[in-house]
Amino acid sequence: MSEDVLFQLNGVSKHFVRGKEEISIFDNLDMSIERGDFLAIMGPSGSGKTTLLNMLGGVDQPSGGEIHFDGSRVDNLRESELTRWRAHNIGFIFQFYNLMPMLNAARNVELPLLLTKLSRAQRRVSVETALALVGLNDRARHMPNQLSGGQQQRVAIARAIVSDPNLILCDEPTGDLDRKTADEILEMLQLLNREHGKTIVMVTHDPEAARYAKRTVHLDKGRFEQREVAA
Amino acid sequence: MGSLFSQIATVTVMNVRSLPRRLWMSLAMVLASAVVVAILLAFLAMARGFERTMDGAGSEGTAILMREGAASEINSVISREQVNLVEASPGIARDAEGPLVSPELYVIVDGIKKSTDSEANIALRGLNARGMAMRENMQLLEGRLFTPGTNEMIVGAGVLREFDGFAVGDEVRFGKNVWRVVGVFSTSGSAFESELWADVKVIQSLYDRGSSVQTVRAKLENPGDLAPLEKTIEQEPRLNLEVQTEQAYFAGQGKQLQYMAIFGRVISFVMALGALAGALNTMYTSVADRAREIATLRALGFSSFSAFCGTLAEALVLAIAGGLLGSLAAFLFFDGLNASTFGGSFTQVVFRFEMSPDLLLQGAWLALVIGFVSGFFPAWRAARLPVIVAFRNAA
Repeated sequence: MSEDVLFQLNGVSKHFVRGKEEISIFDNLDMSIERGDFLAIMGPSGSGKTTLLNMLGGVDQPSGGEIHFDGSRVDNLRESELTRWRAHNIGFIFQFYNLMPMLNAARNVELPLLLTKLSRAQRRVSVETALALVGLNDRARHMPNQLSGGQQQRVAIARAIVSDPNLILCDEPTGDLDRKTADEILEMLQLLNREHGKTIVMVTHDPEAARYAKRTVHLDKGRFEQREVAA
Repeated sequence: MGSLFSQIATVTVMNVRSLPRRLWMSLAMVLASAVVVAILLAFLAMARGFERTMDGAGSEGTAILMREGAASEINSVISREQVNLVEASPGIARDAEGPLVSPELYVIVDGIKKSTDSEANIALRGLNARGMAMRENMQLLEGRLFTPGTNEMIVGAGVLREFDGFAVGDEVRFGKNVWRVVGVFSTSGSAFESELWADVKVIQSLYDRGSSVQTVRAKLENPGDLAPLEKTIEQEPRLNLEVQTEQAYFAGQGKQLQYMAIFGRVISFVMALGALAGALNTMYTSVADRAREIATLRALGFSSFSAFCGTLAEALVLAIAGGLLGSLAAFLFFDGLNASTFGGSFTQVVFRFEMSPDLLLQGAWLALVIGFVSGFFPAWRAARLPVIVAFRNAA
């Protein structure tokens, strides 16, 4: 395995059992994601894009095959080990932001840092840096319901990067935003990828959004239909 | 450890702050806990108050003699001859006037209770000056003592509180006999305060008791030492009496109302089961309501233990709030509340509900148990729910 490969999927499959019927989402899927990549995963509803993303993030387990992260196998880790692994390596960005409604922006951003040994003062500095990066320093004390959708997603991005993870997983990050705001968010992700070297995997329906990625893969009927490199 | 503590603290704060989203269900849990705790405390305070009233009446230094087999003063008869034999017994304290012995009569009269405006039994005790002197905690609160040989009486402070028509100067009619109230006495809240006291000889005459009495109280030479009296009774065939300390007698009478405490605990237990069902529903709803938050935190790397602790803490906060509310309500409404009930001799014993710190502690424990049980299983669900399932449920 090349040292540049961050994620390697070998023969990964995912099946659901509904009643007596076994439903296959995908079978024998191979894939590799290199460090510094910005990958968009596209495909129709039900194609398994989000399932794949959840498996990369360790919140869902494959039915078969192996997933390696940074040279180590992660699909067979126990729940508690996966939780620690996620805390150290993954930043999540969700379609509906998933901010904690009863915490202000700064406290939301601070959440991943509570899993570290940083002191309160160190955490405050990191939160301020992350919020500055997404241009929301002046909204640190605002509650989520006092922020627009775009601002909430920027807080979510700050939360995803505050602990400096290797990988950022985005599930339809612009699905709930208007075009202009969506472009701002995508530019921010692109900046994180290009300037800060973050590896980003983004699931999206939106071809416009996919254009911001370095490459796009299409998942349909359990297979990658085609691979292309974005401009 | 610091990280785990931070996680738990953060999840707990978030859960508590999100309570307004589930305001009515949370309030229902608080109220259910409050009602259960208040009811438990009310019963315990009642039982405690009654027990204290009965215990306070008895002295270890006074012996009470009743006819063999008599369960209470009302069932006993003692002749003048037997009183004389008792007075001559060793083991009884004496002063310049002779043995400290009080032959007493105990009859039942009617009074009108203020609370229900209905008739209830009151004890009319006949005794002499030595008998009053033997009640060391007796204090005259108002008026004067009755004059021996007259239809005068003094009333206990409990009777004055609970019954109509016993103020100083009032004339009270029992059957054909008219009595004048000349004083009010206290015995530090003991059962004697539920009695009317008058001259024993006048009562013997008015109630055709001849020279007989019902009990004899005797001051013991050595407090608690009944052996000389018991020996006298054993050796003298005319003394078919039983002797015990006054303290033991009243403690036995007080035990009758221990069923109150048991009944209260049973009622509270049954109600606690109902409250638990409601509380469990509240907490399961809370977990469902917070599914997205729980899943997000777990995805960010928060441990399942922090999700468990956060949910459990929420349940404990609600139940403890209910416990405090219930304790406060019980304290405000019941502490010091006057009540009366049947004592051992078919007469009303006036007592006060007594809310003591140890009872409040019992209420707090009950609230904690409700909180813990109602929080444990939903917390377990919150902790064990796979992140992907939680996301799916929240969608």
